[in-house]
Amino acid sequence: MTKYFILTPIKIWKFKSNCITLNHKVLFMSEKEKYLQDLKEIKDMMSRSSKFISLSGLSGISAGVIALIGAFLAYRFVYTDQLFLGYRSITLTQDKALILIGLALAVVTLALAFGVYFTGKAAKQKQQSLWNEQSKRLLINLFIPLITGGLLCLILLSKGFIGMVAPLTLIFYGLALVNASKYTLTDIRSLGLIEIALGLVSIYFIGYGLLFWAIGFGVLHIIYGIVMKIKYGA
Amino acid sequence: MKELLKQLDKAFENKVRLGVMSALMVNDHLDFNALKELLGVTDGNLASHLKSLEKSEYITVEKDFIDRKPNTKYSASEQGKEAFKAHIKAIEKLLE
Repeated sequence: MTKYFILTPIKIWKFKSNCITLNHKVLFMSEKEKYLQDLKEIKDMMSRSSKFISLSGLSGISAGVIALIGAFLAYRFVYTDQLFLGYRSITLTQDKALILIGLALAVVTLALAFGVYFTGKAAKQKQQSLWNEQSKRLLINLFIPLITGGLLCLILLSKGFIGMVAPLTLIFYGLALVNASKYTLTDIRSLGLIEIALGLVSIYFIGYGLLFWAIGFGVLHIIYGIVMKIKYGA
Repeated sequence: MKELLKQLDKAFENKVRLGVMSALMVNDHLDFNALKELLGVTDGNLASHLKSLEKSEYITVEKDFIDRKPNTKYSASEQGKEAFKAHIKAIEKLLE
C-alpha cells in the first residue's frame, strides 16, 4: 500500500515535467530562429553603419593597370639610354622632374576617376550611398598619411633625393591603407602591410624604385582587385 | 526558459529600434538622415521609434545647426548601451 502511494506522485510529476519541456521546445524553435535573425541583423547593421563596405574589385584592377602603364611610360622616359630593368642611378633635370610629377598626377587622377566610378556602381548594388558618413570617415583617415607622404616626397624631390620617392610613396600608401582599414573591409589592412614591407625592401635596394613601385601599385592592386571581385562579387 | 525570455528587453523587440541601437553602439553619434539611410524607413516611422528610445533613456538627442539648418544628433546613453549588451547576452543564452 505505502509503496504504491509513494510511486504514483513521482510518476505523475515525471510525466508532467516531460510535457512542460516538450512545450517549451516547440516554443523555443520558432523563437530561436527569430533571435538568430535578430543577431544577424545587429551584426550587419554594426558593420554597415561603421564601415564603408562597397569597395569594388574592379577599381583595384583598373588602378593597377593604370599604374603599370604609368610606370612603363616613366621607365621609357627616364632611362632612354638602356632598355633593361636593373640598378640605375639617375639624375633628373628640372624639366624631366616636372614631367614625371605630371605623369604621376595623371596616373593618380585616372586611377581615382575609375575608382570612384566602379565604387559608385558597387555602392548602388549594396544600397549604400557613395558619399555618406562611412565613406567620409574612410577618406579622411586614408588621406592623413597619404597627403603627409605626398608632401614629403615633393620636398625630397625638390632637394634632389629622387631615389627615396618611390619607396616612400609605397610606405606612406601602406600606412594610409592600414589606417583606413578600420573603416572598410578588413582585407585592406593586409594590402597595406604588404605595401609597407615592399616599401622598406625597396628603400634598401634603392636603385630599383620603379620596379618595386610597379609591383606595389600595379601588380598588387590587380591581385587584390581580383581577390575582392571573387570574394565580394563587385 | 521563461526566466530567459523575461531578460529580453521589450524596447528591442522592434526591428527599427534594434537597428538604431546597433548602429549607435558602434558610432559615437549619427544624425537623423544617416539613420534613415541605414535603416531604409520613412521619416515618421523612424521619428516615432527614436522618440520611444529617447523616452526609455536609451539614447540621447543633441540638437544643433549646420549652416542654419537643424541637425539632430543621436547617440546611445550609458544606460542604453548596458541594456543593449544585456539584451544580446539574453539572446545568446537563449540560443545556447
